[in-house]
Amino acid sequence: MASVTSATSAATGERTAELKGFREVQRLAYACAEAVAAQLKPGITERAAARMQREWLRERGVQDWFHLPFAWFGDRTAFVNFRIPLQFFPTNRELEPGMPFILDMAPVHKGFTADIGYSGCLGLNPVHDRLLADLEAHRELILREVRERRPLKEIYEDVDRLMVRQGYANRHRAYPFGVIAHKIDPVRQRRWSPTLFGFGTQSLKGLASDALHGHRDGWSPLWSPYTFSDHPPQPGLWAVEPHLGFRGTGAKFEEILVVTDSKNPQESAFWLDDDLPHVRRWQEEKAA
Amino acid sequence: MNTGRGRDGRRNRRPGHGQPPMTGAGLQGARERRVSTGGIELCVAELGDPDRPTVVLVHGYPDSKEVWSEVARGLAERFHVVLYDVRGCGRSTAPQPLRGGFTLEKLTDDFLAVADAVSPDHPVHLVGHDWGSVQAWEFATVRRTEGRIASFTSMSGPSLDHFGHWIKKRMSRPTPRRAAQLLNQGAKSWYVYMLHTPVLPELAWKGPLGKRWPSILQRVEKVPGGDYPTASLPTDAAHGAWLYRDNVRARLRRPRADAYAHCPVQLITPTGDAFLSQRLYDDLEQWAPELVRRTLPAKHWVPRTRPDQLISWIAEFITSKEEGDPAKKVVAAGPYADRFGGQLVLVTGAASGIGRATAFAFAEAGARIIAVDRDAEGAARTAEMARLIGAPQAWGEVVDVADEAAMEKLADKVDAEYGTVDVLVNNAGIGLSGSFLETSTEDWKKVLDVNLWGVIHGCRIFGKRMADRGQGGHIVNTASAAAFQPSRILAAYSASKAAVLMLSECLRAELAGQGIGVSAICPGLVNTSITSTARFTGVSAEEEKRRQAKAARMYGLRNYPPEKVADAILRAVVRNQAVVPVTPEARGAHLMSRFTPRALRALARIEPPV
Repeated sequence: MASVTSATSAATGERTAELKGFREVQRLAYACAEAVAAQLKPGITERAAARMQREWLRERGVQDWFHLPFAWFGDRTAFVNFRIPLQFFPTNRELEPGMPFILDMAPVHKGFTADIGYSGCLGLNPVHDRLLADLEAHRELILREVRERRPLKEIYEDVDRLMVRQGYANRHRAYPFGVIAHKIDPVRQRRWSPTLFGFGTQSLKGLASDALHGHRDGWSPLWSPYTFSDHPPQPGLWAVEPHLGFRGTGAKFEEILVVTDSKNPQESAFWLDDDLPHVRRWQEEKAA
Repeated sequence: MNTGRGRDGRRNRRPGHGQPPMTGAGLQGARERRVSTGGIELCVAELGDPDRPTVVLVHGYPDSKEVWSEVARGLAERFHVVLYDVRGCGRSTAPQPLRGGFTLEKLTDDFLAVADAVSPDHPVHLVGHDWGSVQAWEFATVRRTEGRIASFTSMSGPSLDHFGHWIKKRMSRPTPRRAAQLLNQGAKSWYVYMLHTPVLPELAWKGPLGKRWPSILQRVEKVPGGDYPTASLPTDAAHGAWLYRDNVRARLRRPRADAYAHCPVQLITPTGDAFLSQRLYDDLEQWAPELVRRTLPAKHWVPRTRPDQLISWIAEFITSKEEGDPAKKVVAAGPYADRFGGQLVLVTGAASGIGRATAFAFAEAGARIIAVDRDAEGAARTAEMARLIGAPQAWGEVVDVADEAAMEKLADKVDAEYGTVDVLVNNAGIGLSGSFLETSTEDWKKVLDVNLWGVIHGCRIFGKRMADRGQGGHIVNTASAAAFQPSRILAAYSASKAAVLMLSECLRAELAGQGIGVSAICPGLVNTSITSTARFTGVSAEEEKRRQAKAARMYGLRNYPPEKVADAILRAVVRNQAVVPVTPEARGAHLMSRFTPRALRALARIEPPV
């Protein structure tokens, strides 16, 4: 679990293998998101979309989850009027033309976890396009400041300020503990992997153990605006999910940021994979 | 109540208004022709290029086609505008005998004759006001005009058939609400009963009423004087009484069951109409499936009092039907889109916080936005996002509201390029906190310059242009709960905001007679960037930073979103509210300032934990 953090050369090979495992499951999850998004059509419900993600991944060998797949349609992408966490679960809201949607899933595959968020819209939606384009600045900002070893709380506030400047509302604030990111760990594979309120118990165990260690050492596996996140980035894998909201339209990406204890800034933090739908989209827009 | 100012002079800044006022004999520059139908000669006037889409304007009672003069001139720049005097009015001849000569069937004959004469090959766009709208509803719902009408804009005139069904529905099952609606409209229709008495209305119109009518219109209905009403008023009104006598009883007793509109309909409802309840149109979607609703804070004679707004809505509606994308909605999606669609809204301090949220809320209602701020990037960003969410046009302007010359320049530019502002939101403000004794003159100047002088410049410069136009408008000033809640650490800020509050109340009284509303918005703790840019006096720069951060954190925990303030601002404009405290603490303080001022003063002595 802590092997990513290891700086010894003996562990380097193991680390590479581990990152490869994480990258594979992240790609699998994004492939699932793209496959399901391509099948969405008017009238389909959030529940149906969540089921499609679940089935697609189960067919490809996923047995355990960090959390079960979520799907949000329309103004639920911006968590409008969300008061209790149960509202995150998929509803019978039907997809309509022009509606934005978000697919969010966290499968565990061969012991590796991914947690991804995929934003799209059914047909044309200029507001949604704009939100997605503006997420790029957040991806750059987060990486830059993590490399500068700024306290996570301050980075959170900087992301917040950028959102306000862009005219958006911070919607990751609605997540449990208001987190913009959380740590993820490899998960031991068991034959029986129950879930609790949509979260895999194995993964929750990992998170709890991180929280315990972190509590002793002064860090937290939850990257929040609160004082318990007032510490420099802790080496490990972080699933980062900035979530923008703008008048009933929401957009996010979620992907794994690798933080190491290397002195070299380039190696001290990097995105696990740059070949992801939202990154490709930005590159295509720049090329066009 | 008429101020006696030259109303003609007021409008001469608008294009097309350099012409001398027209006489009662017709419209300036109009081509006239006479169309005969069923023994009647109708006087028809045409303006604009005949190759453009044809708009037929039908006047009401007791009017002649000249009621449309302002609207016709505005529309003639883009359309082929046709007006005619309804039979018995203006320079059209009257049927003989009068009784039975004004039925809706005969009026439909007249319309078809005019339409065939002016636009034989293409359907026409109909616009009706008052009785013009009543008869146009008939045109738009009978079989024989099918294919001759491309669109219909109705104002202040329901279909008599729909009206009949409306009454029947309320009579057959009179719930308290329905009974109240019935009584309300029944009281508003007093003149209809009067017109059904024989001879007396004719005598009155040809006698004292006809003489006094222009001044009554000016005083009660706020219709600007000048070239309207025309000299033919007494005979127009006397003949027109037969419109009521020939149709009202028959249609209300036996309304047609198939009065469905066969063309798209736009309904413009003046909210202050003394003769027609807004509830009359509640079930209108059932009769007109493609209904577009607009509401206008004005009295009955909107073609005289709000010509610019009518021109813009009529033109927009016709254009959308002629060349628009049929899938695109004419009216924006947000709340109050019927009220603010196409209006020009200027918001100061629009680069962040309440100003930006307000600009967005107006944009969602389909208004055109001018986002003004010192922060060029922020203002441009607001304008850009406003366009994305529904504003047909939006511009970012960089101006410091405290700079009078810059504000004058902005006003000139706005006037020349965008038009007259319909809704002005003086929102720009800065925060200042600290003990009075430690607040320097410089600090005082700075806060008063923006918070008070900015509002004064805005109200004076833009408010004057609004009043000069003479077609109503609204001014919103962002005050604060601090305006009535004393505090030991907010002397300068509270003083500036209290001044804004009283300024708004005084201005409201002054402008009420001109149809311009003024609202003061008093938000409490709202999560905006005002805290992180606020000045804290009497402390070191470091301590100031710390306090800014702490205040920002406190406001963040309170987390009252500026979007809710923006919603309150739109609501205040629609309802023309005077003082609007927003957030529970502001409402509480407002109540306490009235009923328990001593308790509020005691609270003011507590040092807040900043």
